[in-house]
Amino acid sequence: MSDLFLTILLTFDATLRVSTPLVLAAMAGLFAERSGVVDIGLEGKMLASAFAAASVASVVGSPWAGLGAAIIASCSLAMLHGFASITHRGDQIVSGVAINILVAGLTIILGLAWFQQAGLTPALDNDSRFLSITLPFAEQLAFIPVLGPIYKELISGHTILVYLAFALVPMVWWVVYRTRFGLRLRAVGENPTAVDTAGLSVVKLRYKALIIGGVLCGIAGAYLSTAHNAQFTRDMTAGQGYIALAALIFGKWRPLTVMLACLLFGFLDALAVRLQGVVISGIGEIPVQFIEATPYLLTVILLAGFIGRAIPPKAAGKAYFKER
Amino acid sequence: MKRDNRIAWINRLLLPLLNILTAFAVTAVLFWLIDVNPMEAAEVLLYGAFGYEEGIGYTIYYATNFIFTGLAVAVAFHAGLFNIGGEGQAYVGGLGAGLAILMLDPTLGAWVFIPASIIGALIFGGLWALIPAYLQAYRGSHIVITTIMFNFLAASFMVYLMVHVLRDTGQMTPQSELFPTNSWMPFVHDVAAGLGYSIEASPLNLSILLALVCAVLVWFFLWQTRWGFAIRATGKNGSAALYAGINPKHIIIVVMCLSGALAGLVSINELVGYQHRLIMDFHLGYGFGGIAVALMGRNHPLGIILAALLFGTLYQGGAELAFEMSNISRDIVVVMQGLVILFCGALDYMYRPWLIRYLAPVPKQEELSGVAV
Repeated sequence: MSDLFLTILLTFDATLRVSTPLVLAAMAGLFAERSGVVDIGLEGKMLASAFAAASVASVVGSPWAGLGAAIIASCSLAMLHGFASITHRGDQIVSGVAINILVAGLTIILGLAWFQQAGLTPALDNDSRFLSITLPFAEQLAFIPVLGPIYKELISGHTILVYLAFALVPMVWWVVYRTRFGLRLRAVGENPTAVDTAGLSVVKLRYKALIIGGVLCGIAGAYLSTAHNAQFTRDMTAGQGYIALAALIFGKWRPLTVMLACLLFGFLDALAVRLQGVVISGIGEIPVQFIEATPYLLTVILLAGFIGRAIPPKAAGKAYFKER
Repeated sequence: MKRDNRIAWINRLLLPLLNILTAFAVTAVLFWLIDVNPMEAAEVLLYGAFGYEEGIGYTIYYATNFIFTGLAVAVAFHAGLFNIGGEGQAYVGGLGAGLAILMLDPTLGAWVFIPASIIGALIFGGLWALIPAYLQAYRGSHIVITTIMFNFLAASFMVYLMVHVLRDTGQMTPQSELFPTNSWMPFVHDVAAGLGYSIEASPLNLSILLALVCAVLVWFFLWQTRWGFAIRATGKNGSAALYAGINPKHIIIVVMCLSGALAGLVSINELVGYQHRLIMDFHLGYGFGGIAVALMGRNHPLGIILAALLFGTLYQGGAELAFEMSNISRDIVVVMQGLVILFCGALDYMYRPWLIRYLAPVPKQEELSGVAV
């Protein structure tokens, strides 16, 4: 077994772990934006749910209670976004920015009030967080060349939320493209007037999309603080909500391509960690900042239409006025 | 009062006032939830911000940053553009100011250094906004998404430069070498001492004058020039402006460069005025704070100065609050910014239907028939 092979496997393994919150958040954004509501607030919802999950898990001692709290927190914010941008037809972007900033401050203030530490929750013990699962026969099959290590290192040994996130992607695809709700969802994001004329409520459909997004974002946040880490720390999302948004655009609002974009961005993240301080012969040390910036750069280039075209749902960002 | 007048009053005065009050009320509830007496907190906060000379100095010093970013966001808003990139533009503006100072001969006088650093900040901040502006105007990508991406690009770019290129080798933390003394923006307390007055030392420097001049210039530009008219026309009704012969592409480019340049000036107050070297993350929070300031100030320079003063008060008073009370931190200001953006921005018209119904109801049919129509 060469070291290189193992290094590559471990990098891919890390890719899966860092991509998980991106996949969940991007799917949340997909529902919202496909219904015509731009969701800049992914970052804030993730941060709030990470805080809620870690707080409740540390008090109750169960990761599932934490997950529940995360989903409630995230859905409440999603409803606030809906109240402002659907019911009151406020600017969707302003509302999202408000949520992000509000949560950034609130998590620190509440952390200080509840746990006497600014922006921190108590470290979670193993009983109150999601632990990695070793899939059956992972140890026994490890002797098989190539496939054995792949199974042991790459596929086995993740928390349940990682498997859930990747299992959700085909489900999202099925819901969006193969169900009546999905058809209506796509229609309301492209042409709400037509949906309204067909006798369906634009407002209800958009709220439904935001609730689904809230649940998914809640899982993403809970993953960050109770599975990937064992604590909430100040500003722990660190722009991942925006990366998810970038992946959503990069994947052109389609579930499977969005997942691939998340994996690509996650891989770049894992690579940046792996290449820290490594000198590659002939090239020299690659600055980590350059790799970190790549997802943003790629998204800008794509949006500018230099590599393909990213066309958002037609009605995204616009409030629906029935009377017009 | 005629109904139209009443509606104008509701829109211009009552609604903004109610929105701000709601934001304050929610903050008060939050204080009460975390076991802090809101009145007591307000008292400590006001004492911290205005109770002593140094505190007042800090308050105005922070307000200076908010005037710059508030104006930056407002200028873009007037053209119907939402510039979320103030954060990145302020950061890169700092690079412009820093480079201008570090590359000039250190023996030169302040009359060279200070204008050079201001021009550096304007150009670099403006250029960082030019790229998203170009992409929006000519390539059709959305300005909000690109400016968000450019915030992150700015952060990576600056970290790279600070760590690998501009780092002062004698220092543990990545920061540039100290600016020559001649290049420092004079402190207000030094100027006052020169004039024979003695006030306590604080970071407050003459950048506040620059900020006030910028506010006047922005007012003049937007309301007294042809370009300003074209910008406001585009923001109010893009297609009408287009038919009037205004090129929306040019508007986007001009407005965004101006917006980025204004945001870049944060570095004059922070770096040239106080830190006297290029440091990491000096800009954090001011770009986003500018959104709250612009929304609260109704995008008018005078309103922005008042809103900036309020946020400066909260910033400085919040520090005092964190010092006095163990169960609260300065981040309460961030919460307030979020609430202001929510209630003055996204939920701007929440109370409007209700106010119209009770204060300016549509006259009933029989009343209408009595009045000569």
